[in-house]
Amino acid sequence: MAQRITIDPITRLEGHGKIEIFLTEEGEVANTYFQIPELRGFERFCVGRPVEEMPLLTNRICGVCPEAHHMAAAKAADAVYHIDPPRTAKLLRELLYSAFYVTDHTTHFYALGGPDFVLGPDAPVAERNILGVIHKVGLEIAGKVIQARKYGHTVVEIIGGRKVHPCTSIPGGLTKGITEEQRKEIEEMGKWAVEFAQFSLQLFNDIVLGNKAYVDLILGDIYTHRTYYMGSVDENNKVNFYDGKVRVVDPDGKEFIKYAPKDYAEHIAEHVEPWTYLKFPYLKKIGWKGFVDGNDSGIYMATPLSRLNASEGMATPRAQEEYERFYSTLGGKPVHQRLATHWARLIELLYAAERWVELAADPEVTSPNFHAIPTEKPTEGVGIVEAPRGTLTHHYTTDERGVLTKVNLIVGTTNNYAPISMSINKAASSLIKKGTVVTEGMLNMVEMAFRAYDPCFGCATHSLPGQMPLQVTIHDAQGNPVKVLRQYC
Amino acid sequence: MTAKPKFAMYWAASCGGCEIAVLNIHEKILEVDANFDVVFWPVAMDAKYKDVEAMEDGSILLTLFNGGIRNDENEHIAKLLRRKSKILVAFGSCANEGCIPGLANLSDSREIVYTAYNTITTDNPHEIYPMTSYDTPEGEIHIPKILPVLKTLEQVVDVDYFMPGCPPESHQIAAVIDLVIQVLQGKAELPPKGTVIGAGNSTVCDECKRTRNIKSIKSFERIWGIAPDPTLCLLEQGIPCNGPATRSGCTARCPTAGAQCIGCYGPAEGVVDYGARLISSYASVIESKDPEEIEQILDGLVDPIGQFYRFNLAGSLLKAAVPAWKKEKA
Repeated sequence: MAQRITIDPITRLEGHGKIEIFLTEEGEVANTYFQIPELRGFERFCVGRPVEEMPLLTNRICGVCPEAHHMAAAKAADAVYHIDPPRTAKLLRELLYSAFYVTDHTTHFYALGGPDFVLGPDAPVAERNILGVIHKVGLEIAGKVIQARKYGHTVVEIIGGRKVHPCTSIPGGLTKGITEEQRKEIEEMGKWAVEFAQFSLQLFNDIVLGNKAYVDLILGDIYTHRTYYMGSVDENNKVNFYDGKVRVVDPDGKEFIKYAPKDYAEHIAEHVEPWTYLKFPYLKKIGWKGFVDGNDSGIYMATPLSRLNASEGMATPRAQEEYERFYSTLGGKPVHQRLATHWARLIELLYAAERWVELAADPEVTSPNFHAIPTEKPTEGVGIVEAPRGTLTHHYTTDERGVLTKVNLIVGTTNNYAPISMSINKAASSLIKKGTVVTEGMLNMVEMAFRAYDPCFGCATHSLPGQMPLQVTIHDAQGNPVKVLRQYC
Repeated sequence: MTAKPKFAMYWAASCGGCEIAVLNIHEKILEVDANFDVVFWPVAMDAKYKDVEAMEDGSILLTLFNGGIRNDENEHIAKLLRRKSKILVAFGSCANEGCIPGLANLSDSREIVYTAYNTITTDNPHEIYPMTSYDTPEGEIHIPKILPVLKTLEQVVDVDYFMPGCPPESHQIAAVIDLVIQVLQGKAELPPKGTVIGAGNSTVCDECKRTRNIKSIKSFERIWGIAPDPTLCLLEQGIPCNGPATRSGCTARCPTAGAQCIGCYGPAEGVVDYGARLISSYASVIESKDPEEIEQILDGLVDPIGQFYRFNLAGSLLKAAVPAWKKEKA
């Protein structure tokens, strides 16, 4: 009798999700459904609020990356008031954002994605987590990880006023600046972060790249898809997290489009399916062709890997060296192997740390000129930043008092909903074959398909609130649930 | 070796900021590991719902529950964890008072779904909306049902302690963990059931270092529209700050950083309705006896419901606006 497998909740990610795997009579995978069980309604209930509150309200879409929403909202609110903040304000915002990236990418590598590699995909469930990583790599390294998170959050607090849900960005700049003493402290912490990022890349080299089984897993077909790739770039087409234009390359690596934030709706549309609360963005010019790869399908990816693919390099020297090593090791651009995202994330970690030091060293960063008072009539505006999990777009329309009348949000993880769904389908189809006994380790390898994307369904479900652990249900050919497998702690 | 007491942390309708705030106790997280057996924590560990269901009732010593009750799955897990836990803590603003997602209670839940599926970028010519049960060619699949109003944890199950904040400050979390460890070692006692923990008993104003001159205002200002004096009370400069009604415990972080308090620590001790207290605080600083002028001054508050119930709507006496409330009653 054929079966159906349910993974609920999926775990070690931000937010809630569920995977349904249907098997044929023969025991092969017939189809998979990756469902997002919630919707919070930010697009509805932010209407009526003053636009300057959006950097505070949309923080609460996601407490893991509130800094991303804070920045996208502040940039959209600047645009609503047609104001260009002073250079000091931009420096401070990007400095906060770079330090946040160090914290966020560190959390993903060591706590969420890393356990699968450091301990192995089929390590005992009770060990396959951050505490297991600490037990394996030792307290000294755990201390460094804690320090990296602490320094990042300290910078967020100095500039943003709070460690979680920063409060200082407003239309036209910030509510406060920093002192020379704080600048020095930030710069010193940044230098330490550069060393930590280099250390993390070395650890990845030793543990992952030094292990043939892992390299085979990364390069294998199970976790590979040919799609379009999206990321923000500066004027030299180098990766930028805070500002620039959005660039999309095709599966062959050629530039397909490059757009300014205000033009996003000409290029991106969202497909709807009735079995999930989340929408599936795609490239409008190509169209939605279903869950398929290739140049003729509008599905694109927006992750650390896609940012590297969509750019022509990194703007800081050490990260640029690592960028070159990445592509020469993996056989050129673009890289389609999704598990390589873990490596790409560490290259971004190094870039963020280097950028942190650069910005902290800028003489204008301590200037008291951190805010310009908006004087124009508020209308409409779009703000885009690169959230760690993908391009984040906030689009607001207001009345003449600056009170919101319309809100549209396309968040980092949502961009990746279709590619994640395909990756889960392919991993399940490759691993679950006629006559195989489905093991917990195998299901964890299905979960590894989404974990590479570092999805945040807290963000994605901004539209109502919820959570995301994973369960797999096995259904027979008649659709009756036969077996439910979940991971054990 | 005796088994360590069991610890769980769960997110219902939430943003994950509470989990980050817990991780931000940094080195202290190792003490949690040393003193507890962490049995369920979806953000960090691979235990699933089924594993919780299999546990004996009351076998988890401490569960920190964050997030509001937005859908029937949240409600189910709240009841499950209540049954499995000796001590259930409503952790963070969402579980305590609904938080920002509670503002959804201003709308009918149908409007919320309708809005999300009709944005400028949504390609939805056939007006497809999510269905809680859907027949795929391979079989029926389900997603949770959205409830008419978002509820707080206490509106669904019995709660032992309340820990406010969006998110709770990490130094407060660390202090609470210290206390629990001392209780385990027999060196301290738990506070009475129903106590608000990890927060102060006064208001944010009492913690704020800005100077108050008992000065009245003639207009409300927007935070982006003036260059406020960094040493004086923001409310007395016309910026609608929520400090007077909000519980202390955060060390007045936002006003210290030049931003107004937005009320994330919820009602101060003894306050029955947060919005009502804030309205009376604002009334006391407005300098006018002329009804017309007062109207004009109040027009400066462009979003009264958001101003007075930003975090607290779901947990307030009002709970929800009429459309959502009618649906809940039905």
